[in-house]
Amino acid sequence: MSFLIKFIVAAVVAGTPLLFGTIGEIMNERVGHLNLGVEGMMSLGAIAGFMAAYRSDNFAVAIAAAFLAGAAGALIYAIVTVTFMANHTVAGLTLTIFGIGLTNVIGFYYLGMSENGTMKLPEHVTSQMRSISVPGLSDLPVVGELLFSYNPFIYIGIVIAILLAIFYNRTQAGLNVRAIGENPAAADAAGVHILAWKYVNIIIGGGICGIGGAFTIMITNGGVWISDCVGGLGWIAVALVIFAAWKPVNAIWGSFVFGAMRILKYYVNKEVIHIPDAFYDMLPFLVTAIILVIVSARQVRDKAQPAACGTNYFREDR
Amino acid sequence: MSEKYAIECRGISKRFGGKVLANDKVDLQLQYGEILSLLGENGSGKTTLMNMLSGIYRPDEGEIFVGGKEVFINSPVDAMDLGIGMIHQHFKLVDVFSAMDNIAIGTPGKRVAPAKLRTKIKEICERFGLEVDPDKKVYDMSVSEKQTVEILKVLYRGSDILILDEPTAVLTPQETRKLFAILKKMRDDGKAIIIITHKLNEVMEISDRVTVLRKGKSVATVETASTDELKLTELMVGHSVDLSIRRPETEKKEGVLKISGLCVDGSDGTRALTDVSFEVRGGEILGVAGVAGSGQKELCEAITGLMPFDTGSIVLEGTELKGKSPFEILNLGVSISFVPEDRLGMGLVSSMGITDNMLLRTYYKTPGYFIDRKPAKEMADKLIDKLKILTPGTETPVRLLSGGNVQKVLLGREIEAAPKVLITAYAVRGLDINSSYAIYDLLNEQKEKGVAVLNVGEDLDVLLGLCDRILVLCHGKITGIVDAKTTTKEQLGLMMTGAVKPAEDAANNAAKAGEEAAHV
Repeated sequence: MSFLIKFIVAAVVAGTPLLFGTIGEIMNERVGHLNLGVEGMMSLGAIAGFMAAYRSDNFAVAIAAAFLAGAAGALIYAIVTVTFMANHTVAGLTLTIFGIGLTNVIGFYYLGMSENGTMKLPEHVTSQMRSISVPGLSDLPVVGELLFSYNPFIYIGIVIAILLAIFYNRTQAGLNVRAIGENPAAADAAGVHILAWKYVNIIIGGGICGIGGAFTIMITNGGVWISDCVGGLGWIAVALVIFAAWKPVNAIWGSFVFGAMRILKYYVNKEVIHIPDAFYDMLPFLVTAIILVIVSARQVRDKAQPAACGTNYFREDR
Repeated sequence: MSEKYAIECRGISKRFGGKVLANDKVDLQLQYGEILSLLGENGSGKTTLMNMLSGIYRPDEGEIFVGGKEVFINSPVDAMDLGIGMIHQHFKLVDVFSAMDNIAIGTPGKRVAPAKLRTKIKEICERFGLEVDPDKKVYDMSVSEKQTVEILKVLYRGSDILILDEPTAVLTPQETRKLFAILKKMRDDGKAIIIITHKLNEVMEISDRVTVLRKGKSVATVETASTDELKLTELMVGHSVDLSIRRPETEKKEGVLKISGLCVDGSDGTRALTDVSFEVRGGEILGVAGVAGSGQKELCEAITGLMPFDTGSIVLEGTELKGKSPFEILNLGVSISFVPEDRLGMGLVSSMGITDNMLLRTYYKTPGYFIDRKPAKEMADKLIDKLKILTPGTETPVRLLSGGNVQKVLLGREIEAAPKVLITAYAVRGLDINSSYAIYDLLNEQKEKGVAVLNVGEDLDVLLGLCDRILVLCHGKITGIVDAKTTTKEQLGLMMTGAVKPAEDAANNAAKAGEEAAHV
C-alpha cells in the first residue's frame, strides 16, 4: 500500500512539468495557433527560473522570471505568426531550436564562471520549494500523503488548469476565445477582438510553459544546472494536448499518467522483470506515438483539434 | 418618403491595389420598413459595398449615414453598434458549438445563463416565425437551419438593419418561401433589409425597390412594381439581352452510360446512395436536382472512379467501370470529364497557370521522362481565344482569375479531352449572368456533339430550362426522373424533400434502365 502511494506521489511530481507544458500549448491551440515551440519556451523558462533563483535566492522571483522568459519566447512566436502570418510549424520549430540553444549557451557561460564548474541553488530557495506541510491535513493517513505532500509547483499547475477550464466553459470571453480557434471569421464577424485575444493567450500560454521548464531544473534535477534539462518533455506535452482533447482538466490526469511512465523504471522489481532501463526511458515517447495514431484515427467532432488550428486569419482574405 | 434613411451612401468609392475601382461613387438609400434588392453581375461591387457597411472594408471616398447621422464604420463591432447585421453567404458559424453558443459569441457583457438565453431565443423565434433548436450542434444542422441561426445572431443583438448576401443560393424553393415569409414579417416590424441575389424572380417577389450596380457604379434605383425581369437584366448588363436558355433538339443515342442498382457509402460510412438506377443518353443533358448533400457528390465520384462501391454497376458503352481506378477509366479510352463542386479545390491547382493545369490532364501521354510544355501552352492559348477567357497570360495563377474564367478553364480543358460523358457539378455556382450563359452554351455544344451530359445543379429554373430530363435525389434515393419540359419548379421542390413519391412513369423508367443494364 505505502509502495503504491509512493509510486503515485512520484508520478504526480514527474508529471508536473508536462502539466504546465500541456496547459500552455492548449492555450495556444485554442486560439488556433499550433505552437511547436513548447520545448524551447520550457528551456527558456528553465534557465531564467534557475538563474533568478540562483541570484535572488527567492522562489517567487524565480517563478516570475520563468514565466516572463517563456512569455518572451511566445511573444516572438506571436509576432511572427499572428502579425506577420508566418507558417506556424516553421515558426514553432525555430522557437524550439532557438530556445534550447540560447538556454545551453547561457548555462554554459555561467558554469564557466562558477567556482567549481557546477551551479547549485542556494539552501534558502530550495527550502521554499520543499513539499508543503499543512498542519493536520498532511498527517492524515493515505489522503495526507496523496493530496497534501507536494511542492508548491504542483498546486499552482492544478489551480491554473481548473481556472482555465472555468474560463473556457463558463465565461463569455472563454466562449469568444474558443470561437477564435474554431472559426476566426465567425468570431471576427461577431465582433471578437481576434488579434488581442490571440496575443494574450499565446503569451500567457508561453509563460506557463516557462514555469514547467523551471520545474525540470529546480525540482527534477534537484536544483543542479545541467544542459538540455527539459529533455524532450515539451514534445510529449504537444502530444498530451491531443490526448487531453484540448481540455485543461484532462491535462491534469493525462500528465500524471505520463509522469508514472517516466518513473516506472524505479518502481519495477528488477529481479523479477528483466527489461533494460532504456526501454522505460523510451516508454513515454512510444506511448505518445501510439496515442497520436489512435487519436488521429478517432473522429469525434467534439474532441477534435480546434478547426482553425495551424492556419492564419486575415480579415480581407476572400 | 421619410427624410431619415436607415442607410444612405453618398458617393462611396473603393479601390483595390490602387488600380481596380470596385466601387465608383455609389449612391444607395435604404428606408426602414422596406426590402431593397441589390442587383448586379459578379464583380459589379455588391459585396464590396456591403462589406463596407459591415465594417470589413473601409471606403476610400464618400459618406455613409445611418439613421440620418454620418458614421465611420471601422470594424464589425462598429457596424453592430449601429444596428447593422450581416448574414454572410458563407455562413460564419462554429461547427462544434450549439446554436445557442453561436448566437452568444462576441455579445457584450457577461455570459448569459443558458436558461435565460434559451427563453430569449424562443421569444425572437416566435415573433418572426423562425424555428430552431437552441441546443442543436451546427454540424448536425441542414443548410436552412444554419441560415436561421445566422439570422438569429443578428436579431439577438437587436439589429434593425439586415444585409443578406445571396441567402437563397443554397435553399430549396420551399425553404426560400419560408425565408421570404420571415423577411416580410421583419419588414412589417419596421426593419430595413438589403438582399443580394442573382435570381431575378426572387427580386421581383421579395423586394420593394431595386438598386442596380454595374461595373462598380450605381446605375439605377427602381420601384419593383414598375419594372420586370427583362428590364432589370438590361440595366444590369448594360445592353439588351435574351433571357431564355437554349435547349437544342438533338438525336438521342441510347446506351452511353447506364447505372443500375448503385449503392455507395459516403466518406463518413453512412449510406449515401441507395439503389440508384438510370441512364444518360448521348445528346442529352440529364439534370440532377436535390438538396445539398443528397448524394450528388457520391454519384459523380462513383462514376468517375473516385469513390469505390460494392453493389450495382456502371456501364459505359458496354464497359463495366466498377473496380477501375480513375486513371484506368481514362486509359481505357473511356473519357469522363468531371467538373467537381469545388472548382479550385479539386479541379484545378490554384497556384499554377493555365498551361500547367492543362498539363495535369495530358502529361502522361508524352513518352520519356521530361514534360513537353509546348502542346499544353498551345491548348491554353486556344482555350483563351475560343472561350474568351480573361487573363493576363497563360502563366498567371488561376486563383487570380474571376469565378467565370476559372470555370471556363476547367470546363474547356475537360471538353478538349473529347469526352463521351461530361459530368458537371454546380457549373455556374457563383457566376453572373453573362458567364452563366457562356457555360450553358458550352454544355449545349457538347450535347449537340452527342455527348451524354450529367449536370448537377442547384438553380431549379436553370435545370428546367437547360436540361432534357431531370433526376431528383432525396437522401440518396431517386424520387423521380422527369421530363424538364412538362415539370414545374414546385413539383421538383416537393420531390427534393421526398414529400412526393416517385411518379409512376419515373419509376418505370428507372426499372427499365435497370433491366437493360442487367442484360449488358
